[in-house]
Amino acid sequence: MPRSPRHPTRQGQLTTMTLPGLRGWVIAALVVAGLTSCRRESKVDVATREKILLLGNGGEPKALDPHIVSSVGDSNILRATFEGLVTYHPENDMLHEPGVAERWEANADFSEWRFFLRKNAKWSNGDPVTAHDFVYSFNRILHPKMAGPYASMLYFLKNGEAFNKGKIEDFSLVGVKAINDFELLCTLESPAPYFPDVVKHTTWLPVHKATIEKFGAMTDSYTEWQKPGNQVSNGAFMLTEWRINDQIKVRRNPHYWDAANVKPNGINFYPIDNNFTEEKAFRNGLIHYTYTTPENLIEGYRNQENTPLRIETYNGSYFFRCNVTRPPTDNADFRRALAYAVNREIIVKYVTRGGQQPAYGFTPPSEGGYDPPNVISYDPDKAREYLKKAGYASGAEVPEFSIIINTSEAHKSIAVAIQDMWKKTLGIEKVKIENQEWKVFQQTVLDLKYDASRAGWIGDYVDPNTFLSMWTTGDSNNNTGWSNSDYDRLMKESALISETAKRYEKMAEAEAILLVQVPVLPLYWYTRVYLLHPDVKNWHPLLLDNHPYKHIDLKPAEEEAK
Amino acid sequence: MPADSQTAPATIEKGTSLGRDAWFRLRKNHLAMASLWFFVVVVLLCFFLPLVPGIPDPNVTHPDLQSMAAFSKATSMEGQEVSYLLGSDHLGRDIFSRMLYGGRISLAVGFLATFVSLTIGVIYGAVSGFIGGRLDSVMMRIVDILYALPFMIIVIILTTYFGNQLWLLFVCIGAVEWLTMSRIVRGQVRSLKGQEFIEAARSLGLTNWRIIFRHLIPNTVGPVIIYTTLTVPAVMRLEAILSFLGLGVQPPDASWGSLIKEGADRMASDPGLLVYPAIIFGMTLFSLNFLGDGLRDALDPKSSKD
Amino acid sequence: METLRYVVSRFLQSLFALLCIITITFFLARLAPGGPFLDEKAVPEHLIEQMKRNYGFDKPLPVQYGLYLGRLIQGDLGPSLGNKGFTVNEVIAEGFPVSFMLGISGLVIALLIGIPVGVFAAAKRNTMIDYGLMTLAMLGICLPTFVIAPLLGEIFALKLGWFDVALWEDSSAWVLGAVTLGLYYSAYIARLTRGSMLDVLSQDYIRTARAKGVAPIKVLFKHAFRGGITPVVAFLGPALAGLIGGSFVVESVFGLPGLGQHFIKAATNRDYWLINGTVTVFAVLILVMNFLVDILQGWLDPRTRTVK
Repeated sequence: MPRSPRHPTRQGQLTTMTLPGLRGWVIAALVVAGLTSCRRESKVDVATREKILLLGNGGEPKALDPHIVSSVGDSNILRATFEGLVTYHPENDMLHEPGVAERWEANADFSEWRFFLRKNAKWSNGDPVTAHDFVYSFNRILHPKMAGPYASMLYFLKNGEAFNKGKIEDFSLVGVKAINDFELLCTLESPAPYFPDVVKHTTWLPVHKATIEKFGAMTDSYTEWQKPGNQVSNGAFMLTEWRINDQIKVRRNPHYWDAANVKPNGINFYPIDNNFTEEKAFRNGLIHYTYTTPENLIEGYRNQENTPLRIETYNGSYFFRCNVTRPPTDNADFRRALAYAVNREIIVKYVTRGGQQPAYGFTPPSEGGYDPPNVISYDPDKAREYLKKAGYASGAEVPEFSIIINTSEAHKSIAVAIQDMWKKTLGIEKVKIENQEWKVFQQTVLDLKYDASRAGWIGDYVDPNTFLSMWTTGDSNNNTGWSNSDYDRLMKESALISETAKRYEKMAEAEAILLVQVPVLPLYWYTRVYLLHPDVKNWHPLLLDNHPYKHIDLKPAEEEAK
Repeated sequence: MPADSQTAPATIEKGTSLGRDAWFRLRKNHLAMASLWFFVVVVLLCFFLPLVPGIPDPNVTHPDLQSMAAFSKATSMEGQEVSYLLGSDHLGRDIFSRMLYGGRISLAVGFLATFVSLTIGVIYGAVSGFIGGRLDSVMMRIVDILYALPFMIIVIILTTYFGNQLWLLFVCIGAVEWLTMSRIVRGQVRSLKGQEFIEAARSLGLTNWRIIFRHLIPNTVGPVIIYTTLTVPAVMRLEAILSFLGLGVQPPDASWGSLIKEGADRMASDPGLLVYPAIIFGMTLFSLNFLGDGLRDALDPKSSKD
Repeated sequence: METLRYVVSRFLQSLFALLCIITITFFLARLAPGGPFLDEKAVPEHLIEQMKRNYGFDKPLPVQYGLYLGRLIQGDLGPSLGNKGFTVNEVIAEGFPVSFMLGISGLVIALLIGIPVGVFAAAKRNTMIDYGLMTLAMLGICLPTFVIAPLLGEIFALKLGWFDVALWEDSSAWVLGAVTLGLYYSAYIARLTRGSMLDVLSQDYIRTARAKGVAPIKVLFKHAFRGGITPVVAFLGPALAGLIGGSFVVESVFGLPGLGQHFIKAATNRDYWLINGTVTVFAVLILVMNFLVDILQGWLDPRTRTVK
């Protein structure tokens, strides 16, 4: 390892203060003297040569423990260091790539799954990865004392929810069992033909028992085991450096079973949460990849020759929640008026500008052949009609209500555009926009103290279920107060069907109810908009954007051209 | 050796004429007068021009007419003829009229909040510095405590409990900005109070309050005016930050601070969004600054002998 | 003896003020809506309850406060809720050197530019030189850091290639950050210096010195400077604490891992212990700086020393 100036030791601090400091002053002095005229080789060029991938990663991870994290950026890092039973395919999210499991099979109705583990899978300290590790990990994340915020992903397992909620205390009743060291049996609550998609998720990753228990009890959620040097993982890479708000480095795991086929030597993740800074860092040759691209720069990049700009379909939906428990949004006709008055084409073309698709349904059209019902459209006449039906002779009669957004330029622009559309189409004068700080916003939504609120939802796996289950009565992500017994019934029925086409039909029926009642106003379906350096090879558009890093190669773009 | 011992009693007798003297001196300062006129014009424009028919609504969007150049005319897809004096922003709103409207809140906040912080800061600092001793210690430690408290959390809490109220905005801004002012005034007063004219005032049996208000505060006028002209831009910027926490101006309305913040984000693609608001903001502050310098010269008790 | 007594009494006062700050912050942080465990995708209620138990937030507040003070005395600022696996001590220890570098360099730049400009402008009062310099200073004041910082980045990093535009390790971006801070504060210092120098220059002892034929430059720097710098020094106390405490805007624009980011992120994450930790650090800075300022003011202007 090269020098690591900022480990939290006293000596380390001194190094940091002097080394980069001196360097900076020397450069400053050279600049003043007018001596630096030659261009250095950029960071990206060096990294490409050394096969180190430099990735912008949005923000500082809250943790690097698969059982604690919940954000996309955090799981990007964990995907490099850990490997689950099944992993993501480098080119297509509909396909599965064997991970620790070599192969798997299900019973006839997809409610029992057997995973056969490869015998050569190893932890980064050389220990073998066994089925018992998975049982231990599932026990850990589901354990009520662990309080894993995303534990509900494992409610697929029989009795998983009951165990997590403390209703049963014996983990052996939960539907997971190690038949032997290399065979794992998962018994599900209900049929799930898409189960291999589910187990790709971060929450299903294994952890190393001996390491966890070296630094605390199984259920201690904030021990030092996550730190570089302590962490033992089973992925293609292992954690070697983690400096807050600065960078996270992972390097090749020599014990990884497929180490011979791992292309990069390492990855540096940069938690740059200012997207303008990230774009500049990219232009400056400091990173290979940006997590996002500022909306106002998309046009400029689009017009470039050999543009690094990538725009890809993403598994997410942007919408407004409506609070159905208080006026004026408790009136379904009023909500319909709002939904029909929004010209979504304008929003995606002029406001978001990232190739997003206008959404006339809730579930994105990309979910494995599922066809969302198209109920809503942009229709000013219909909108005005619904407004009359709601009991308002004109928009001026609508009482004051507000759209709440969390502070962000993008959300603000969208809300302002929609506010003006409602004004122009329906004549609604008294609609306000309120900025709220992030946590205040979350609390307000949770407490149902809003009229309309901005929201986004990214699917956890490729199946309409990840979008539609949240609108059932009492789901903790519902937060609209909306409850519909037909909807609940259809969703419950769909869960028992093992044949995909029939299951999709039921869910489409449910979604149609959602779109007629419009407790949510769908606005657009997400795209991933980012910049990618031409040196990065084998990086394919992915619906879930979960790139398996071991396949990604780095080659100087010019060399290849020759 | 300072000779203010003679001027001081004079000011007591001719208290009313001080203002007239100052105005007379200020009028002779052309730069300050030009600034004053410029400033008056800006204020009038911001408060009255939007009432003139024909000035576009600052919040009407024409997304298809985004980022138009200055002095351009176009027809929107709704078939509406729109002309932009200083161009349009990313939602096709008129930058010129957004600047005019934005000036209202910025000027109001700039002045009221500065006034609040000026009043509290000067009196607090003067009392603390003049009385000294234990009271000074207590008062200054209170200032230290207020400096260190997490302002963002306080604003979040207050906004949650009181809602987005205009008075809260002034209170929040005033509450932070007076701290440095009070420390500056206290430093000045401590250095002044040992001087002979204060001794003289004391020996004449004047009360502490009278000494503070009649003799000490007028003599701190230099740094106070300078720091006030520095506070105005700080206050206007703070207003923009607070609006992100949900306090103060909310979208689609604008203030100069929020326009500049938005413009800074978009300066690479739409420089006009930053440049125009920054120019009006800057010119206003320039005029205030020169006016401040002029006032300082005019009000300075010592300068009468120049 | 007098001085020693003053220092001791001042130390005790500061300690008491620190306790007040810590106490108020501790309870304030709990009043903010939202709590540390709220997430974008909803966390079920029973899990939030368990997380609270895991961190001891289920105990009555006064008990938690007592426990916190107990740990604080031993120098333990607690675990960070937003950076799991790290203690607040570690988080601050990582961020402090960055902010310290930035702050001190920024201060040096600010003083090197601000004071000479202010003194010079005062000496050339109401000339074109004065107006020119003050116009520049006003530009610095009008253009907030969130405008200056990206501009410097565009010009000196992306156009000219003299510096890196972001990041900390092996990167020169922090120099641009220090320059941003320096320019911003130098504008304030220049304005304040000019103003108070003018005050001092109109005083009789300066006239006397001039009348005696002392060289103008000597009058400026030997006789006038000491008195003229008082308001600047008063401004510097909190300014320096702010500089070292970290600047969120500069750190965010140049991607630097300093303390400024933690101030904001701790608040937005409702990371209670990190909020308390950063505020404690900042409070110590403020108290120390203001103490130094008071001492310095006494030294610069002997008249203020008479405390009686």
